[in-house]
Amino acid sequence: MVFFSYLFSGISLGSVYAIIALGYTMVYGIAKMLNFAHGDIIMVGGYICYCSMSYLGLPVLLSVLLSMAVCTVLGVVIEGLAYKPLRQASSLAVLITAIGVSYFLQNAAQLIWGVTPKIFTSVASFPMPGDLNSLGLSSEAVVTIASCLIIMVALTLFVNKTKMGKAMRACSEDKGAAQLMGINVNKTISLTFAIGSALAAVAGVLLCSNYNTLIPTTGSMPGIKAFTAAVFGGIGSIPGAFLGGLLLGIIESMAKAYISTQLANAIVFAVLIVVLLVKPTGLLGKAVPEKV
Amino acid sequence: MAEKRVFEKGKMVPVPSQAIIPERDSDKSPILECSHLGIDFGGLRAVDDFNLTLGRTEIAGLIGPNGAGKTTVFNLLTKVYQPTRGTILLDGYDTAGKTPAQINRMGIARTFQNIRLFSALSVEDNVKIGLHNQEPYSMFTGILRLPKYWRQEKAAHERAMELLSIFDMQDLAAHEAGSLPYGAQRRLEIVRALATNPSLLLLDEPAAGMNPSETAELMENIVKIRDTFQIAVMLIEHDMNLVMGICEGICVLNFGQVIAKGTAEEIQSNPTVIEAYLGKKK
Amino acid sequence: MKKLKTTTKIDFATYAGVTLAFLLVYALQQGGSLTNAMKSWLVPICSFIVMAVSLNLVVGISGELSLGHAGFMSVGAFSGIVTAMSLTNAIPSGPVRLLLAILVGAVFAAVTGVIVGVPVLRLRGDYLAIVTLAFGQIIKDLINCLIVGYDSHGLHIIFNLDGLRSVSDLHMEETGVAIIKGAQGAVGVPKLSSFFAGYLLVMVALVIVLNLVRSRTGRAIMAIRDNRIAAESVGINVTKYRLIAFVTSAALAGAAGALFGLNYGGLLSSRFDFNTSILVLVYVVLGGLGNIWGSVIAATVLYILPEALRGFQDYRMLLYAVVLILVMLATNNEQLKALLGRLIPKRKGAKSNG
Repeated sequence: MVFFSYLFSGISLGSVYAIIALGYTMVYGIAKMLNFAHGDIIMVGGYICYCSMSYLGLPVLLSVLLSMAVCTVLGVVIEGLAYKPLRQASSLAVLITAIGVSYFLQNAAQLIWGVTPKIFTSVASFPMPGDLNSLGLSSEAVVTIASCLIIMVALTLFVNKTKMGKAMRACSEDKGAAQLMGINVNKTISLTFAIGSALAAVAGVLLCSNYNTLIPTTGSMPGIKAFTAAVFGGIGSIPGAFLGGLLLGIIESMAKAYISTQLANAIVFAVLIVVLLVKPTGLLGKAVPEKV
Repeated sequence: MAEKRVFEKGKMVPVPSQAIIPERDSDKSPILECSHLGIDFGGLRAVDDFNLTLGRTEIAGLIGPNGAGKTTVFNLLTKVYQPTRGTILLDGYDTAGKTPAQINRMGIARTFQNIRLFSALSVEDNVKIGLHNQEPYSMFTGILRLPKYWRQEKAAHERAMELLSIFDMQDLAAHEAGSLPYGAQRRLEIVRALATNPSLLLLDEPAAGMNPSETAELMENIVKIRDTFQIAVMLIEHDMNLVMGICEGICVLNFGQVIAKGTAEEIQSNPTVIEAYLGKKK
Repeated sequence: MKKLKTTTKIDFATYAGVTLAFLLVYALQQGGSLTNAMKSWLVPICSFIVMAVSLNLVVGISGELSLGHAGFMSVGAFSGIVTAMSLTNAIPSGPVRLLLAILVGAVFAAVTGVIVGVPVLRLRGDYLAIVTLAFGQIIKDLINCLIVGYDSHGLHIIFNLDGLRSVSDLHMEETGVAIIKGAQGAVGVPKLSSFFAGYLLVMVALVIVLNLVRSRTGRAIMAIRDNRIAAESVGINVTKYRLIAFVTSAALAGAAGALFGLNYGGLLSSRFDFNTSILVLVYVVLGGLGNIWGSVIAATVLYILPEALRGFQDYRMLLYAVVLILVMLATNNEQLKALLGRLIPKRKGAKSNG
């Protein structure tokens, strides 16, 4: 039975990673940049939801929506101010800028909310039926897993069925050709950042609901892990991010339970390395052969 | 095996006294023998049953319509792609399982259709990189700048200048390779390939983007290179004046298959070749 | 067409500049005009210059994005500390032990570099970046589990997998000394590092990297960076030269780590986390890819900047972030570049290679 408890917490953690990884992978797919500030959007999402519930006394759902709205705006503003002017620059320059944005968000949060951890009341706490509870399945886990599935389905439908989704796929294939076909590339990239950031807000709220504390660096490690998950599944691929996130969460939870708490992260990264060595473009990534 | 000997040996030209490299072994065996070479991409037979024998100092042309698989043949010869079928013998040695770098050390050098220079480096450094395996010294010799370092660097510099002089490019030695005009970049690629001391030089569309006078000069230079270095040259080219002008043997490829082999006159009058280029007569 | 500058002059200017800067600061230090805070910067600055120069070999010269450079620094720091402390009785001379520690640190980091490099260098681009990041994390976590001590029987090492063990599990004699206490890091470290040693290490690193770049080996490495397929076509063994760059860089990072580690009484493995790797990467990118003296200057300035901003208290890291973003925007935006180009007359042959 303990096994199931670890499995559920793994799936739940993995779902959070998956939601973050979806944002990572979409941004990577379209802007070909590693957005290291993505993890810090999660943290901002958590703080906004916390403030809205504790200071403004808004209901849970409204708080989550508010947090999503703020993060969406934040994501679009960051993209417009910091990344857009660097469209033509080297990917390394964009990477360093993203790191600058990440420092900025962390330190701004530290100035606004201080370094002392905030106690985050779970937004998904409700009584569970007794037999599920005894299996170690918490209400937070249920909500997290459900949110992840809903987001995954909605995103797949959006990307595959809508006109905007088609524009996004076109831009990620070839920006120049997309532009010639009359697609507004800048608008499409902004939209991608908006969606990614809104997802990050959801992930932030869920993450804080599971762990109950919130500090300015809350988003860093999950950010890096989710990035790993995105690469694990094949960066640029939406089902890949989902799969990578889930697997990573489960591996981490199992490693913590059965091998070593101290080395859980190391084991997660070791698995990633092994996977990449066997399949250099991740589980579901496509290899693009170099033309000679 | 009559078809294996379709190519006649090129005229043997005596090594001129100003030869840059010492006289090569000039026995009569072919430098390159391909038999039943083929590669599939997915279900597509990009090249199939490619047979070719090349003499030691022959200039051969590989022609055919766009997408016929000409560059793929070069990529097979240099092991950028590993062949699905067939064997390649270079100077009698089987090249199966070799890497592109090993193939170069075995004696094949090439240029690329879409120029691939080390564009951030100087012209001289580009040639010196070609000399990588010709003037070797260890990493520690380089870091500690032992006497051997100075000796080999001096030799490499002199050799690079000598090679650049083939195309009168010594004055460009200090320039950034990527900033050269198009024609000069193509010529530099040839010099870099020659620096590796090959016995077979593969030129992928050497005249692309050149004007008629540049092309004429290039034709002279290709022959000059063959004569001075005593090496075989195989080239892919769409400029028929160039191909018919200097190639002693021509091989025509269409849809991955060899459709004709022979001398310029034979190819020009071959009905299959005319059909491949112009379409069937109605 | 663009003519490239000769490199010999740039190299000598780099050596001369570093030496002059050292002499100047040394004179100030002897003259007592440096505050204690400033004195405490000197050795770390030297360490980070070596880190930046060595990372530039991988990112700038070899063209591979590495996000785990701090891992090698960590290996060098802890193996150096163990060497220096366990030899306390055998070799009383501090400078000799420091030298040995730096060498051992470099060797251990180089070995780690080979272990990491052989599998990793098969990957390209962002995949390589993420795997180096992963290795950096793994190295940090593994060192976090180490418990090391020494007594008259030699070194005692255990691996604290379950997190329950402590120094007493080493079963040392009464006189035994703990060196690394797992998550508490290294303790009781002698401060063997000095500014002069730091200067020497910087010079050695510069000579190694600059001479390497100007040699046949360096040309092969840069050829692979510029065009891998063309490099193969002229007979260069791509894996070998990528590995040479990676391992040399790791060894230098290890040496820098040993210097850094022996500058403090104690050291945590979390000191060498992802953020430290990023910090060094920022030095390299702002100094200019492939530009060695740029790395030296960027490391110095950017190490001092946050320290000097201490007057702004809570706002200093925020300011640092803003400066970082603005510099990246200013140096990489075409419109801004064009604007600056009109304001400042363009220098001849502005681009240099080292």
